[in-house]
Amino acid sequence: MGDEQRAELLDGPAGEDAAARPPSAFLEVRDLKIHFPTDDGLVKSVDGLSFTLERGRTLGIVGESGSGKSVTSLGILGLHNRRNARVSGEIWLDGKELVGASPDDVRRLRGREMAMIFQDPLSAMHPFYTVGHQIIEAYRVHNDVSKKVARKHAIDMLGRVGIPKPDRRVDDYPHQFSGGMRQRAMIAMALSCDPELLIADEPTTALDVTVQAQILDLIRDLQQEFNSAIIMITHDLGVVAELSDDVLVMYAGRCVEYTSVDDAFHRPLHPYTWGLLGSMPRLDRARSERLNPIKGSPPSLINVPQGCAFNPRCAYAALNEGRSESERPELVELEPGHSAACHLPLEKRREIWDAEIRPTL
Amino acid sequence: MIAFIVRRLVGAVALLLVISAVTFLIFFGLPRLAGTSSDTLAARFAGKSPTPETITAIKERFGFDDPLVVQYGHFLHDLVLGGTYDTGTDKIHCAAPCLGYSFRTNQNVTDMLLDRLPITFSLVIGAAVIWLLVGVSIGVLSALKRGSLFDRAAMMVALAGVSLPIYFTGLLSLAFVVHGWGLLPPVNYSSFLSNPFSWAGALILPWVTLAFLYAAMYARLTRAGMLETMSEDYIRTARAKGLPERTVITKHALRASLTPLLTIFGLDFGLLFGGAVLTEKTFSLKGLGSLALDGVIGSDLPVVLGTVLTTAVFVVVANLVVDILYGVVDPRVRFS
Repeated sequence: MGDEQRAELLDGPAGEDAAARPPSAFLEVRDLKIHFPTDDGLVKSVDGLSFTLERGRTLGIVGESGSGKSVTSLGILGLHNRRNARVSGEIWLDGKELVGASPDDVRRLRGREMAMIFQDPLSAMHPFYTVGHQIIEAYRVHNDVSKKVARKHAIDMLGRVGIPKPDRRVDDYPHQFSGGMRQRAMIAMALSCDPELLIADEPTTALDVTVQAQILDLIRDLQQEFNSAIIMITHDLGVVAELSDDVLVMYAGRCVEYTSVDDAFHRPLHPYTWGLLGSMPRLDRARSERLNPIKGSPPSLINVPQGCAFNPRCAYAALNEGRSESERPELVELEPGHSAACHLPLEKRREIWDAEIRPTL
Repeated sequence: MIAFIVRRLVGAVALLLVISAVTFLIFFGLPRLAGTSSDTLAARFAGKSPTPETITAIKERFGFDDPLVVQYGHFLHDLVLGGTYDTGTDKIHCAAPCLGYSFRTNQNVTDMLLDRLPITFSLVIGAAVIWLLVGVSIGVLSALKRGSLFDRAAMMVALAGVSLPIYFTGLLSLAFVVHGWGLLPPVNYSSFLSNPFSWAGALILPWVTLAFLYAAMYARLTRAGMLETMSEDYIRTARAKGLPERTVITKHALRASLTPLLTIFGLDFGLLFGGAVLTEKTFSLKGLGSLALDGVIGSDLPVVLGTVLTTAVFVVVANLVVDILYGVVDPRVRFS
């Protein structure tokens, strides 16, 4: 992209205000809001999310179902239908603002600069076209090459993601692949144009455990090879520990804790993160102590609880003398690179973590 | 693929055998239970006030007194190999596929069917072209512009199309288009081979009337299928790859949403080939449908049996073709 064009995008309708603050990181999301007006009310799936991500780094976004993880990733790719989704905020990808850009401009970036790996590779691939055809298609949208060259590239990609006999499997249909192989093919398709940002939306959820590890290894190896930035969306903290550099914990469409993976596992500062850690099964404990699930269920995104959205399920909400029910805690940077949104005094949180939570994990 | 086709062909023949047996039983067996004797059957064939001798001769010639199984055996034999009928004075050979002679007109049923076939074919093929083009395009556009004025208007008209019977829309269009405004000539079938223009001119109104009903159904089906497909994960993947929306729709969505229509089209097409009864009657077209209706009204058993079997053949063949096409369109069917 030429400088003129880039400048044009910068001055786009994202706002004069935005252009005044040029992004410092490769990917920078600022105050992203994705709302869906429905007959029952406004669904605030994502409500003010901000984060940054550099090339070669991995951000893990964790949270329960319905916390807005997938909506966020589709929002970055610009895949929400503008007729039924209200997207605001800013998404800066390599100096280009995406929320205000025209759909066609975003479309041209999709697949080439940012790509996505979906959860269920069987339903995410078209059943009527061969795997090769679908990779070739992805490559040829963005690269003006002959079918023959694209086919060679597709075979090459299939080989790189570890599919045996790629020159033969390229002509197979998705249903002829096993689950793990399908996910590899999906990854090959996503990486076919060498994207700098890769979003993986629960890439291992639909796979069995032995294959999960292989796929995670593959993603890590490919990241080293391509130096791409990865957003790993998951509800599996094991995956996060395995791959991520940073962790963003989402609850009810908002970020409740944003920190390095090390802090997230060893010094978490939000009761919800404690709950998530407690929800990881531990095989080395007595059966009755293996799981400590978070009580209750995630709130409706139409009627998010007043104050802290987590307060009805939080064991420590009572310590805040009613603030948890009345006032929404802001995301505050408590230590360098470690933010959390909670009313509890920092000292109190550290105390609870050391005395009550850590010993039970 | 060959094995698949052979297997399906064998199944189709077996199915036709069963259908012929059941139909035969319904039309020749059930009346016996209801008290129809072989004499009444023969009397129907003989016409007005027959002598007892004629009745006996007819009974003998058609084997009305034989057990049902034997009669069915004769029927099958004649159907496959042809048969000979002894009229007393003369021996008539009825070539295979022989379906016997009409009780009413004493005509060879196979010839009657062959006479009527071109009319029904002309009607159904023309209408099918119209309803596929119109119905599917409207359905696709409606789905893509869901909730728009076009969508609502189209679905209203489609609802009307599905609800209004052909004898209503047909008579209405005849009254206005032909008799009221004189825009089209009266429906008067002539062979395509003799004059394609008068053939088409005469059939436009029946085509449109029949197509209106089916286009309405197909528009609704296409719309529903398209909406479902557009929310599939693989459509999201196609968009995530950066494909232009046009490619997403034409290449990814259309193919997947039109495939199930194939099944329904095969059934409708085959069934209508056996006679579009209402349309033919409304426009006085002498097709298979009106032949079947006349046969039923006149208790003309061989004619009824012949039309039912013909329809069955068309439905079975249409289904066979659809199954084979499915293997071509959907790779998942091909390999299982």
